[in-house]
Amino acid sequence: MNKYTEDDLREELKTKEYEYGFYTELDSETFPVGLNESIVKAISKKKEEPDWMTEWRLEAFRIWKEMDEPNWANVKYKKPDFQSIAYYSAPKTADPNKTLDDVDPDLLAMYKKLGISIDEQKKMNNVAMDIVVDSVSVATTFKKTLSEKGIIFMSISEAIKEHPELVKKYIGTVVPTTDNYYSALNSAVFSDGSFCYIPKGVRCPMELSTYFRINQAGTGQFERTLLIADEGSYVSYLEGCTAPSRDENQLHAAVVELIAQENAEIKYSTVQNWYPGDKNGKGGVYNFVTKRGLCEKNAKISWTQVETGSAVTWKYPSCILKGDNSVGEFYSIAVTNNFQQADTGTKMVHLGKNTKSTIISKGISAGKSQNSYRGLVQISSRADNARNFSQCDSLLMGNDCGAHTFPYIEAKNKTAQIEHEATTSKIGEDQIFYCNQRGIETEKAIALIVNGFSKDVLNKLPMEFAVEAQKLLEISLEGSVG
Amino acid sequence: MLKITNLHAHIDEKSILKGINLDIKAGEVHAIMGPNGSGKSTLASVIAGKEEYEVEKGEIKLEGQNIDELSVEERAHKGIFLSFQYPVEIPGVTVTNFIKTSLNETRKAKGLQDMPAKEMLKLIREKSELLEIDRKFLSRSLNQGFSGGEKKRNEIFQMAMLEPKLAILDETDSGLDIDALRIVANGVNKLKSEDNAVLIITHYQRLLDYIVPDYVHVLYNGKIVKSGTKELAFELEEKGYDWIKQEAGN
Repeated sequence: MNKYTEDDLREELKTKEYEYGFYTELDSETFPVGLNESIVKAISKKKEEPDWMTEWRLEAFRIWKEMDEPNWANVKYKKPDFQSIAYYSAPKTADPNKTLDDVDPDLLAMYKKLGISIDEQKKMNNVAMDIVVDSVSVATTFKKTLSEKGIIFMSISEAIKEHPELVKKYIGTVVPTTDNYYSALNSAVFSDGSFCYIPKGVRCPMELSTYFRINQAGTGQFERTLLIADEGSYVSYLEGCTAPSRDENQLHAAVVELIAQENAEIKYSTVQNWYPGDKNGKGGVYNFVTKRGLCEKNAKISWTQVETGSAVTWKYPSCILKGDNSVGEFYSIAVTNNFQQADTGTKMVHLGKNTKSTIISKGISAGKSQNSYRGLVQISSRADNARNFSQCDSLLMGNDCGAHTFPYIEAKNKTAQIEHEATTSKIGEDQIFYCNQRGIETEKAIALIVNGFSKDVLNKLPMEFAVEAQKLLEISLEGSVG
Repeated sequence: MLKITNLHAHIDEKSILKGINLDIKAGEVHAIMGPNGSGKSTLASVIAGKEEYEVEKGEIKLEGQNIDELSVEERAHKGIFLSFQYPVEIPGVTVTNFIKTSLNETRKAKGLQDMPAKEMLKLIREKSELLEIDRKFLSRSLNQGFSGGEKKRNEIFQMAMLEPKLAILDETDSGLDIDALRIVANGVNKLKSEDNAVLIITHYQRLLDYIVPDYVHVLYNGKIVKSGTKELAFELEEKGYDWIKQEAGN
């Protein structure tokens, strides 16, 4: 990944199809389709969870049953049939007690195809990974280095067993099970995910990273991530997602909860390239994700996302600025091409005094896609001197795509300062001609223009992710002009 | 260097160039003058290979090679440079990043490796000094918020970096005050050599005080109706274009 050159990119651009569209034959263990209390219980049992967890899931299931799927987002799709999805699928070979050497060579081959071979990762720099294939965390690296600092970084299933007090204390506190349809569903059936705890005053010495991947046909993936930064600690967390090509739509409904205690800082970066469907809009992942962070006094949470994948995206990483002087940031690049639809943005809820939030959203639409920014800036009556700055820029390519902006502002305190800027522009033929005239071919010109447009956000990504993100932007927009 | 024979071109059914003949040799500076709407900028675009224009007849040869079938970027790689009348803005892409990409893409087309960063920086420093360009300017987004003079200076800076065989300056003098005009013209003069050629497209004689042409051509209604030396430019400045129109009409 580090030695990735422009030539490599050119090679990749030649293959128009989704590059991760292969399917590894793994002997999977999949539950029967459908969802009812016994499936929820079975999932919990399979994972050898304590009773409180089983109860928590069942409660969520009961809540979910009473809820309706939301339909306010600016997206059109065929609602998934929740009774035709298998809610648990684990590669049979996964066994938490095995070492890396015991891991199924097919699995390792798959990682290699994705460019995330574990052995390389182990040697390579400062990235510790918790890899989630379908539902079960197969391998966790760097555990030892981290544990010396008292950092807990493991799959959430392990955490439920090994650190039940922490999980029990925090799970569902930022995104309650009652929050929304998908978060309730996730709470009932989540299969795995990551858990991370940074102790007081500890600065996590490396970027923590998780790769998610959907492998089994017709399975939904419901990860649950819980990240706690205790007082005065710091962590940077990277999340990357890929899914192989599949014809039927696959559902992905994750929940991510971040808790930044006093003076803590969490940087959460996502590069998402779930399968977006083919050129005709067939297939692709439904990505209905709830991500939210809670900031205590003087804490800071920064969300950075590069969204290039999924057929339908419904995602609003948010910050609850509860403590005084807390800071929330949201930096986003959302690319849609062909028939993709994205409705994404953020919520900044200012509760504490002197709270600050920044929103920079860059939407790029091409093909026949629809790209919406939806954001809420809410200043409560107690939030004296709250400040927000929002900037929403849209870039259009061609004449058949759409860019939409839905900024909501609710200010209940007179001292609030809220700024909102928005621009819409189009990649013009004159820009392309100009670049061509300077010897830059069209695909490269688009990449250059798009990278320039996205620069404010790309700059916020950790180095190793920025390279991959740029590459993804270019691949996603391949063939979109001319 | 550049030989154009009986060139006819149209856009959207509208015929614009109606039989252009032009022969520019290495080391020469040619100027094309003419009233508005005579086809001057179209000629520049057609030489550069802009696709909206359809070449129906005639041919364009660069160093003896017919370039009709070449794309815009391939022509650029062969050494055609067009200094735009209205250079476009590319937000977020710095002047340095842009010229680096441009130079390396051109090198790649010639089978060369990317220019090492150190060498690139040295070249940028050299050329920006030549054109009296402030280094801070190079880290600004391409043409964004540039004054008219800065835009044109940036065009000539890119030309200096790319060292084209044929530089076409399309209305480079428009929007320039006298100081900017002098700097831009000095730049072009310094870049001129026995191995390259310059084609100046201009409405006024003004720029030609600074960049002295070997030949002046008058374009009217899609044809070159008169050719001469730099004296012709003075004559045009004095008498305007009406007499040319009348002559052409006869």
